[in-house]
Amino acid sequence: MRTLAPLGDTSAPLARRDPVAKLAAMMVLTIALLAAVDPVTPAAALAAELALVPLFGVRYRALLRRSGTLLVSVAGIAVTQLLFGTSDSGPVLLDAGPLVVTAGVATTALGLALRIVAVALPGLVVVATTDPTDLADSLTQHLRVPARFAIGALAAFRLVPLLAAEWELLTLARRARGVDAGGNPVAYVRLVVSTAFALLVGAIRRGTRLATAMDARGFDSHVPRSVARPRRFTAADAAMIAGAVGIAAAAIGTSVATGAFRPLM
Amino acid sequence: MRDVDLDIAHGERVLLLGPSGGGKSTLLAALAGLLADSGEQAGEITVDGLPPADARSRVGILFQDPETQLVMRRAGDDVAFGLENRGVPAERIWPRVRAALERVGFGYPLDRDTASLSGGEQQRLALAGVLALEPSLLLLDEPTANLDPDGAALVRQTLDRSLRGDRATLVLVEHRVAEALPLVDRVVALSPGGGVLADGPPDEVLRRHGDALAALGVWVPDAEPVPRRTRPTAPPGPMLLTARQLGYRYPDSPAPTRSAPERSAPALAGVDAEVGAGEAVAVRGPNGAGKSTLALLLGGLLPPSSGAVVASTALAGRYAGRPPHRWRAAVLAERIGSVFQNPEHQFLAATVHDELALGPRRAGHPAADVAKTVDDLLERLHLAHLAEANPHTLSGGERRRLSVATALAAAPRVVILDEPTFGQDLRTWTELLDLLSGLRDDGTAVVAVTHDADFVAALADRCLDLERPA
Repeated sequence: MRTLAPLGDTSAPLARRDPVAKLAAMMVLTIALLAAVDPVTPAAALAAELALVPLFGVRYRALLRRSGTLLVSVAGIAVTQLLFGTSDSGPVLLDAGPLVVTAGVATTALGLALRIVAVALPGLVVVATTDPTDLADSLTQHLRVPARFAIGALAAFRLVPLLAAEWELLTLARRARGVDAGGNPVAYVRLVVSTAFALLVGAIRRGTRLATAMDARGFDSHVPRSVARPRRFTAADAAMIAGAVGIAAAAIGTSVATGAFRPLM
Repeated sequence: MRDVDLDIAHGERVLLLGPSGGGKSTLLAALAGLLADSGEQAGEITVDGLPPADARSRVGILFQDPETQLVMRRAGDDVAFGLENRGVPAERIWPRVRAALERVGFGYPLDRDTASLSGGEQQRLALAGVLALEPSLLLLDEPTANLDPDGAALVRQTLDRSLRGDRATLVLVEHRVAEALPLVDRVVALSPGGGVLADGPPDEVLRRHGDALAALGVWVPDAEPVPRRTRPTAPPGPMLLTARQLGYRYPDSPAPTRSAPERSAPALAGVDAEVGAGEAVAVRGPNGAGKSTLALLLGGLLPPSSGAVVASTALAGRYAGRPPHRWRAAVLAERIGSVFQNPEHQFLAATVHDELALGPRRAGHPAADVAKTVDDLLERLHLAHLAEANPHTLSGGERRRLSVATALAAAPRVVILDEPTFGQDLRTWTELLDLLSGLRDDGTAVVAVTHDADFVAALADRCLDLERPA
C-alpha cells in the first residue's frame, strides 16, 4: 500500500486539518473545476494548489513521483483529444496530411488535461496526508456516518495489504500443482480468473473471521458507542474550507477577467 | 458435537479437549453467543442463567488467528475499540487501555503500528483487547495454534502472567496439554461419538484416560517419546538437487541506502545445500532466516537472485540442462513436489477426489493410471471416506493430509514441505511422520522446513541450519 503511506510531515499546518475539512475543501475545488471547461480556470486553480503543497508538509519531488501514472495518462488523453478532437473552430495550427489541429481543438485538449490534474492533485495530497483512522473518526463524529460503516471499512482496509502476499502465494501454489498457462493466452486468462476467485474466497473467509472477532468485542451491541479519540472541528478547519472557496472564486474570476471563461452549460 | 452436558461454575478454569474437527471451537462460539442460526442445533446453553446472546457483555473470546482479530492500525486504538463499543466514557477508556496493555506486558507505545508486530505480539495485543473489557467468562480458542514457536512461547508466557490469580471463569481449548495445565484446574474431554469422555481434575483425567486422549490426538504430557523412524541401512541414492551459493532478494526491496540499510537485507544469501534420493533433510533456523524462501527456491517456484539450483540427470532426465524454476509447471510437479504451509493455498478442485486426480491428469497419464493413483492415495492418507467432500470443508488435520497427498499424486522424487506438522494434533502428526518416513525409505528425497524438534528427532537424517542473513 505504497500510495497510502504518509508522504510528508504530518504535523504541517494544513496536513493537521480535520479530514472532513480537507474533503470539503477538495469538493469545493472539484465542483468549480468541473463547472468551467476553459484552460484558464484550471490553470489558475492549479497554480494556487501547487503553491499550497508545502503547507501540507509534502515535498514537490515526492508528489511528482507519486503522480507519475496520473501525468502519463493525462498526456495520453490530451494527445488523443488533439488527434481525434472534432472541433474545427479557430485558425489551423498544424496541417500534416490527414492530421489537422485547430486552435479550438488545442484549447479544449489543454483545458481537459489541466482540469484532470487540477482535480486530481488535491485528492492525491489529501489521501497522502490523512490517516485513515482520523478519517473514520472525523466522519463518524462530524458527519454522523454510521460506525458500522466507517469503522468496518477501516478494519477491512487493514486486510488489503495481505492480499498482495496472498496473490503471490496462490500463484506459486498453482505452479507447484502443475498448473500454468505455458504461453497460451486463453489458459492464462483462465488461470488468472481462477487465482482471483481463490483470492476472493480467502478474502471473504478472512473478512468473516474479522467481523466475528469485532462482534465478539461488542461491535454489534446496541449500546451507543463512546469515542476514545474525540475530535474538534476548529476555526482553522472552517478557514480551510473558506480558503478553498476563495481559490475557486479567484480561479473563475481570473478566467472571466481574461475573457477565456466557458461554463460547462 | 452432540449430547454434551456440562456445568461450569464461577471461577473454574477448564481445559477442553477433544478430537480434531470435533466441535470444540463451535462450543466456544456458542458460549460467546456468536453462533449464527445455521447448522442443526439441539439442546440449550446458558451463561449466568441467560441465553449467550444476552450475556455477550460478560464474555470475552480470543481466537487463533491474530491477523483477523486486530481492528485498528494503532495498538492503543485497538484495545480502545471494545471499550468504545461498550459505551465506556472517553475519560475512562485510556486508563483501562493502559492497564490492559500493562497486564499482558505489551512493551510498545500506544501508537505502535499493529501491522509491524510479530504474530505473537499481535496475539498478546488481541488478548489485551479482550481483557480490557473485564469479561467474567474468558474463552481461549487455541490461542497459540497459528504462531511460530517463539510467538507461541510469548503468548503462553503472557497468558500465564495475566491470568494467574485472575478470578474470571476460563475455558481453554488447546491440544498441547502440558502447556495448558498450569492455567487450569479441571479437564473436560469430549468424546468423538458425542457426549463427554472424561471430566475431572487434570491429574486424575490424564492418569485414567491418557491413552484414550492420545488416541484422540491430544498431546498428553509425559507420554512415551515417539520412536525414531530410522532409514534402512541402504546407502543414500543418487544426488537429486544441489544448491550453490543460493541467494534471494525480494524484487521490490529497495537498494541499500545509508538511511535504511536494514530494509535492503536479502531474504537468503550464500546457501549451499544438497539432497539425495532416500534421505530426509530438516531445514531449521530462526524466524527471518529465509527457510520458506529456500523451500520455494529448491522447489523451482522462485528464480534465485544469485547462485543456482541444479537438478541432476537422475531427477530431471532430459530437462537437466535447465534450472527447475524454468521448467513448465507439469514437468516440475512430476519431479519436485512442494507442500505449502497453508494447505488452502494449494486447493484447486471441488472435491477431494478431483484434487488428487488433477496433477496426474495434467501430466497426461492415462485414465486408468489416474484412478489407481487417486485410490491408492485416498487409502494411504485415510481420506477415502471424504472422496466427494469439498477440500475447504475438511478439518485442519484432513486438510494437511490432503495437501501432502496432492503433491504426491504426480509421484515426484523430491518432496519439499513447509512446516508440515505446524499446529497439528498428535494423530495427524504421527500419520505425517509415518507417511514421510515411508516415502524416504522408498527412495524419495524429503526436505522439511520445520520448527518442530520432536519431528526432527524422529525423522531427519540430516539438518540444514540457516542463520539470519547479515
